Amino acid sequence: MFGLDKKHTNLLLLVAALTMLAPFILNPFPEGSGMAQFNAGYPDLMQRFVIFGIFAIGFNILFGLTGYLSFGHAAFLGVGSYAAMWMMKLLTMNVIPAIAVSIVVAGLFSLLVGWISLRRSGIYFSILTLAFAQMSYALAYSVLTPITGGETGLQPKLQDPRILDGALEAGASPRANLFGLEMTSSFEWSVGSWLFTFNVGYYVAAVAMLLSFYMAIRIFNSPFGMMLRAIKSNQQRMNYTGLNSKPYTLAAFVVSGMYAGLAGGLMVAMDTQVGAERMFWTASGEVVLMTILGGAGTLIGPVLGAGMIKYMENIMSKINETILHQWFAFLPDGIENLLVAMVYPFIGKGWHLTLGLIFMLVVIFLPGGLVEGGQRIARLFKRKKPSSDTPDGKTTPAE
Amino acid sequence: MGILEVKNVGKRFGGLQALGDVNLSVAENTVHAIIGPNGAGKSTLLNVLVGKLIPDTGSVMFDGKSVLGRKPYEINQMGISRVFQTPEIFGDLSVLENMLIPCFAKRDGAFTPNAFIDMFRDREIVERAEQMLEEMNMADARNDNAATMSRGNKRRLEIGMCLAQEPRLLLLDEPTAGMARADTNNTIDLLKQIKDERDITIAIIEHDMHVVFSLAERITVLAQGTPLVEDTPDKIKGHPKVREAYLGESQDAA
Repeated sequence: MFGLDKKHTNLLLLVAALTMLAPFILNPFPEGSGMAQFNAGYPDLMQRFVIFGIFAIGFNILFGLTGYLSFGHAAFLGVGSYAAMWMMKLLTMNVIPAIAVSIVVAGLFSLLVGWISLRRSGIYFSILTLAFAQMSYALAYSVLTPITGGETGLQPKLQDPRILDGALEAGASPRANLFGLEMTSSFEWSVGSWLFTFNVGYYVAAVAMLLSFYMAIRIFNSPFGMMLRAIKSNQQRMNYTGLNSKPYTLAAFVVSGMYAGLAGGLMVAMDTQVGAERMFWTASGEVVLMTILGGAGTLIGPVLGAGMIKYMENIMSKINETILHQWFAFLPDGIENLLVAMVYPFIGKGWHLTLGLIFMLVVIFLPGGLVEGGQRIARLFKRKKPSSDTPDGKTTPAE
Repeated sequence: MGILEVKNVGKRFGGLQALGDVNLSVAENTVHAIIGPNGAGKSTLLNVLVGKLIPDTGSVMFDGKSVLGRKPYEINQMGISRVFQTPEIFGDLSVLENMLIPCFAKRDGAFTPNAFIDMFRDREIVERAEQMLEEMNMADARNDNAATMSRGNKRRLEIGMCLAQEPRLLLLDEPTAGMARADTNNTIDLLKQIKDERDITIAIIEHDMHVVFSLAERITVLAQGTPLVEDTPDKIKGHPKVREAYLGESQDAA
């Protein structure tokens, strides 16, 4: 189906099912129960899952396939966001032109950055991309204030021209919409003590992610994708096989820049504001973490990594001391306080510490990321069945 | 007029004259060996031929066209394929994928961003690659990871990848370096077979005299960056100048 083989069709359908049913899957605990704080099925977080999923899928096309580690991809995300915001200010609050322009502008910017940065490889390439991203951040923060809003960033204002939209009524605020359907509007469905939220913005972003994921599968399976893997594997042999590796890497760079732009555009579509901090180097580093955590060079890995990091960022960080005391309340006071003191550094604001530990464990014990972990578990189960073939011990990265 | 004409090529690295004044003519459909002691300039000459180095003086013509100033991939597309001293293959890819890449390069050229076709559904390319694996006796290994193969098999794959491009000139840089005797003999047999079955010119740089005398029809002896003699293997064997270059006269034996 869709020009894919059976394995990849199944993968795509699985991801489609997971994203479409996410409001259910991410809300397994009833409202008001002690576990409800682990529910991730609220629009803001679900949107972040898929948007950062797109960002990571795109980053993986560059890093996972060609091995070129860009440390400046947040710049493309930011440029896409600014472009989308200006479309909303000048043209219309409809998200379609905003998203389309964010992809195009980020693609053009990545063409420029890639054309210069790809003159070098390895650590020098990484440093060049980092330099570009930090320059973009600094410019957006200071010199380019008329375009970027500087410190305050940009929001749609009532007095913006918006030549395609009619004048707003007095007191109304401009809202991002898809042909009138507002991004922030949600349909809530309560079943028993469960509450499921179906948000328009989330579904727009989810469809964008499915399209992105589908494109990534096509790229992975194409001769183009194989050439990108060949660059990572042996650039010397590639050049001596009559292939010019430069345009291939540049194409991969631009494609991943466009993915970042799409993610940036979607961010603006969901939450109509943008600031320069979106381009800060920590944002570039985050997508590197997501990709490696999930499994660089795998299809589903970056999405998993993005989901995991965003889940921890939003859920782990909400757990505070009071909640810990509730959990350990059944223990004698002394032990309770000791346990709380021991766990406390790893939760709340300390979630970065937990993330860091998980990242280290993954890199050391599962170099293939969460996907490799999944494969190992799957193999463990296969081994238990006596009828099945013995595993060949080979890891196929394109899962 | 040979298929490869090297005229007055010189190359200097700082104070070292790596190549003095090299003249070399490789006739079409022959096996031409270039031998010489360490530091004779063999590798420098090879790197000039494939575009990795640009010489200070002289000209290199392949099939009537200059190769100087062209990038390695352009020279490859002209019809020169290179086999490296250590087998250079795509270790992360399967054997079949390794073979698909040169097939795509041959048909589609140096850059074709065909991102939306499934590579395994390109029947023409896949059939060609499978046929090449068949010819290399590697069809059974098609799904293996290329990095896991023995050195002899890596060499076999690398040569197969070069042949898949149907080059007119195949350059081999010490193709049996570091190989066990059995692998060396297999490689010699493979090269003999290639020479007999194809219209191809082979230029080979080699240390191992067993390999050289098993394969070569012409031999050029290089010493201190200049060709000493060029002749048939029989004549080279007893040539006093060659003995001198290899064993030295009064200096220390190299």
